[in-house]
This record gives sequence, structure tokens and C-alpha cells, in this order.
Amino acid sequence: MRTKRAWFAFPYVVWMALFVVIPIVIMAVYAFTVTDPITNAAYATVENFTGMGVYLSVFLRSFWLALLATLVCLLIGYPVSYWMAKEGPRFQRVAMALIMLPMWMNFLLRTYSWMSILENNGLLNQLFQNIGVIDLHNSIGAWFTDLCNSIAIRFAEDPEKFIPTVYHPIRYFQLIGTPGAVVLGMVYNYLPFMILPIYSVIVKLDGSLVEAARDLGADGARVFSKVIFPLSLPGILSGVTMVFVPAVSTFAISQLLGGGTQMMLGDLIEAQFLGGAYDPHLGAAISMVMMVIVVVCMVVMNHFGEGEEQAVML
Amino acid sequence: MSKELIRLRDCVMSYGDEVVLDHINLYINDKEFLTLLGPSGCGKTTTLRIIGGFLSPTAGDVLFDGVRINDVPPHLRTVNTVFQRYALFPHLNVFENVAFGLRIPKADGSGRKVKLPEREIHERVMEMLEVVNLKGFEKRPVSALSGGQQQRVAIARALVNRPRVLLLDEPLGALDMRLRKDMQNELKRIQQEMEITFIYVTHDQEEALAMSDTVVVMDGGRIQQIGAPEDIYNEPKNAFVADFIGESNIIDGIMRADGVVEIFNRKFQCLDKGFAKDEPVDVVIRPEDVDIVDEAAGQLRGTVTSVTFKGVHYDTIVDFYGFKWLIQTTDYCPVDSRIGIKIDPDGIHVMKKSQYSGMFGDYSSYSEEYEELDVPEPEDGEERDSQEGGYED
Repeated sequence: MRTKRAWFAFPYVVWMALFVVIPIVIMAVYAFTVTDPITNAAYATVENFTGMGVYLSVFLRSFWLALLATLVCLLIGYPVSYWMAKEGPRFQRVAMALIMLPMWMNFLLRTYSWMSILENNGLLNQLFQNIGVIDLHNSIGAWFTDLCNSIAIRFAEDPEKFIPTVYHPIRYFQLIGTPGAVVLGMVYNYLPFMILPIYSVIVKLDGSLVEAARDLGADGARVFSKVIFPLSLPGILSGVTMVFVPAVSTFAISQLLGGGTQMMLGDLIEAQFLGGAYDPHLGAAISMVMMVIVVVCMVVMNHFGEGEEQAVML
Repeated sequence: MSKELIRLRDCVMSYGDEVVLDHINLYINDKEFLTLLGPSGCGKTTTLRIIGGFLSPTAGDVLFDGVRINDVPPHLRTVNTVFQRYALFPHLNVFENVAFGLRIPKADGSGRKVKLPEREIHERVMEMLEVVNLKGFEKRPVSALSGGQQQRVAIARALVNRPRVLLLDEPLGALDMRLRKDMQNELKRIQQEMEITFIYVTHDQEEALAMSDTVVVMDGGRIQQIGAPEDIYNEPKNAFVADFIGESNIIDGIMRADGVVEIFNRKFQCLDKGFAKDEPVDVVIRPEDVDIVDEAAGQLRGTVTSVTFKGVHYDTIVDFYGFKWLIQTTDYCPVDSRIGIKIDPDGIHVMKKSQYSGMFGDYSSYSEEYEELDVPEPEDGEERDSQEGGYED
């Protein structure tokens, strides 16, 4: 009976072998070899890894921005999930549809829209221009510069020779091409992956536990911190995983919204395979390092959340 | 036992047109074991939740020690609850579950919030675990406990706060028969040891009779009868109470005079007085109060239609003039034999006619009724009030 049923898994096993195990093996082979440019012969080496130090800033930026995006997603996603879970089923359906709706649109399209919003003469800057925010900024800047100048001139040793600072008025706010724009793009794209797991944990939470805590003397804040929050940790963990992993390897968002200045690991890897810096061996090595770091992060987090995981099984 | 602690005055609970509690008037004495007994949907859990503070009555007052507490939230009441399915915190171990209430800073005399010292928390938790026989279990996760053990943790968690009143919502419903009996004794012992008021909700009449000082029988959002277990059993107020508590044959009768009631056109001696002459009444005769005699010597004569061996006695169904009685007797009477019965005056209890007259007390559909009794009460969803719990703050 058991062996018979095992056959049902066969297509999946083949699938996994073809498209998961073999590619990883190929990737490892690439990562530990280089091709001699003259003889075109491949030989084993670790120099792909040892030479990776020059990209440290890209690694750090990737993890830093992904971490920021995950944190922002959590800070927005948790209250939204909590609030949704507390409302009636009708509200929940509508809210769920609104959260899912952007995901039905193409990912690139969504990111391009953000580009046209954040550009230097984009929607947001035009809006600021029209309602006078940029003028306000300029007049405050000019006034402040004058103020600083007038104070500085009093303390100057030789007022004759004092060169006042000149204020250069801005024509737009620099939004695109900043780390903030990249984080915004990631938050926008990945927020549903934070909300859904947290929401589904909170909505299933046994209401009698909350009543029991109230009955034992806990006020609203304490019920939340001692019962609801600890019990929603598994949802938080899977939300964090589902946001952090794609965020750390994202490439389109950082290219489009980072304006080429915010290179992340995804972009770096892409450049090794498709771009000018063609070097699949290095690309494979970077991918492997990233994979190992992500796996380590996940293992640590899951270990941290193990107790709560069991709690939800109950 | 005499001091009044809680009073419900004209409490009404309704959701739209649906009236769940209909003018409940009830007082509960200090250190009393009071049971709210009734079928599911009778309003007993709603009553308990009003006392616990999870519901506020649509109309009427809840008084605690003479003070109106309608709007006092549950966390400020000196009342603790043992929930139907325990509601233990799955992320905490046994010790931390019990310590949950103790770890919450409480206002002292001057209104400042004070935390209990860790040493005192430890002492009180361990002391309480000993009371409920769970010493040595403090480090276990609650998921590793059996139903009965979880039950005890729930009781310890509530009692460790030294509440004035402990509310228990069908706490033994999920346990098997044997464990239930043990826990009944245990609960009674704890109640007497700790000297606090227990308000106990159940649909199990045996449980109610065995444990309570006072039983409140409810149906349809109304209190049908309040009394000591003996009074409820021996002197039921109407056909509903008679049928719900124990087995009863309920027969139409006519009161011919004080102490004389007529059933099936025959006059019987009874102890009941104060009815109008020729008033139609319901007559309750408990199955164990009937003596089987020779057909010739019987006050009534009938034919045995079924016999079931019950261990201590036989459940014998006898057909008297088309009305089937349940008689519990140690004498074996074969099916189809003709027998006579005698009933002593103190075996007859006369009740006024009520809305329940004619609904209960005939054993024509005896076997079906037994099946019905064996069906456990649905765990939830049945009672309106149990659906109301969200987690609003």
C-alpha cells in the first residue's frame, strides 16, 4: 500500500530533480570553476569567492535595504492584519480583495508606475510644485542661509573678507535614485506577503484565550503583549521570510527606482549573466553565497520561533 | 452561607428580537455552590457571562456586594472563570499559565500598581498546583497534558488569584464519564477547602444534584425553579423541571380535595394541599416510588411492554390504559405479564398546570428518549452566547 502510494510523488520527484537539484549542482560547478580566456579550458578554483570582496558594498546594501523593507512591511502589515482580523467577514473579504488586487497587475508595470510618480518631473514633484511646497522649501532654505550668514559674519575675524554661503534653490525633490525609493518599491510589491500570513494566524486565534486573559485581570494592552502577539509570532516569521527572501535578491526594482545608483545583489548577478560584466562563474558564486546567507538567516529565525510554531499546532 | 454576594435584578438579554434572558432574578450567597442547569440554549451560559463581565445585560442590574457592576470590565472584577474548553495559553507552560494572573500588577491601597515579588508568585503557584494534584507538572507544555490535567490547570489558573467567585462553564463536558465523577468530587473538595463561591453551569442534571448547594433550573431564558437538590428532585415546580431532573412519569390528574388526587378515574392519597377543588393538575410519579404488586391487589393494573436490565434495577415499561409508565424495580416482571402497582402518598407529587404540561413524561417513545440522552451536547455554536466571543478589547 505504502509503496503503491509513493508512486504518486514520482512526477514531483522528477520535477524537483530536473529543475531544482540539477540546476543547483550546475551552479555549484560554475561557482568553483573559471574558464581560461585563451585556451577556453575550465579548471577548478575558489578565486570566484576570494575575489568577491570588491562587491562587499553591494552585499551590505542588499541586506540593509531588504531588512529595511521587511521592517517597514512588518510595521505596516501587522496593524493592518490585526485590524482586518477584528472586523466582520464582509469587511475582511473587501480588504483582502484590495490587498490582492495590485498583485494581479504585472510586476514591472507596477514598478514603472512608481517611476513616473517619483521622477524628478514626475507626478509627486509636479504636485509639490503646484501646491507650493518646493517654493516654500526654497524660501525657508534661502532665509535659513541668510540667517546663518548673518550670524557667521559677526563671529568672523575679518568681516571684509567673509564670503557668504550661497543658497541654490531646488527645482525638484530628489526622490528617484535614492535608497528610500528602492525600499518603497519593495514595500509596495511585497506587503501582501507580510499581511496574508499574519492575518491568517490572527484570524484563527481562539477568542476564548483573549477572554481568559481578560478574566485573569489583563487589560487591553496586556492581552495584546502577552497573548495575541506571542501567538501571532509564527505568522510574523513566515511573513518576514516571504518578504525578506525576494527583497534581498530583487533586481528590477533597484534598477528602475534606484536609478542605477542602488545596485543590489540581483543586479550584480544579472550583470554577470546578461550584462556587460559577463562572467557566469562569478555570478554563480555570488548566487551561492547569497543562498547560503539566506538559508542561515532562515534556520536561525525558525529556531527562534520553534516554540511558537508548536503552539499554533495545538 | 447566609450573606448575599451577587444579585441579578430583572436581567434581560436580547439580540434584536431574540430574547435570550427574560427577566432573570437571582441572588447568590457567599461560599455557596450554585449550579445553573438547563438544556443548551436555555440562557445559562449567558447568565454566567454576564456575571463574568463578558456581556452586559440589555436591561436590569448586576450587583456585587451591593454595588452595581454592569459596566465593570472583566479584568477589574474579583471573579475568575474556568472556560468550557479550558482556554489555556498554548505558548506558556503549566507554571506560567497558572502564574498569568499573578504576574499582572495590581493596584494597592493607594492606587499604585504593584507587582508581586517572584518568590510569592512561585509559592502561590506551587501551592495551587498541589491543591489540584499537579505537582511536578509545572515545566510541562500544556499541550502535553491530558484533558483532565488541562482541566485542573484551568482551575488552578483561576483559583490562584483568590477570586471571591469562581465561574465554571461546563468544565467537565469534555471529560469521559469516570474522570468526570472524580473531578466532581475534586471540585466539591476544592470549593469547601478554599471557601469561595462557585457558580457552575451544566446541562448534566446528575452533576448538578451531586455537587450543588443550590440548583437553578433554566429553560427558554427563564428560571423554572430555584432550590436545594432534594427540593428540586422531590418537589419539581412544573413538568419541565420534573422531566429534566431524573426520570418522571407525568400524568394528567384532577385535584378532588386536599390530599386527594384523581388519576385514570381512581383516587389516590397524596400530601399536596392548597389547590382549588377539581383543579386540573400535572402529577409526577418517580419510577422508583412505584411498588409492583399482584394484579388483583394493585391500585392500577397494566401490561409490561418492555424490560431493560440496568444493573441495580430493571427499567420496566408498563402500559396503563394506553399511557406508558417507567417503573424502576428490582423485581423481574416478564414482558406481557399483567401487574398491579401501589403508590404511597409521599410518592405522588402534584404540580400546577404550566406551558410544559403534556410535553413530557410519557414513555411511549422510551428507547428514542434514551438515545437522546446519550447524545452529548454540541460543543459550541449551539448556544447563541458562545458565538459572541471575538477578541474585542
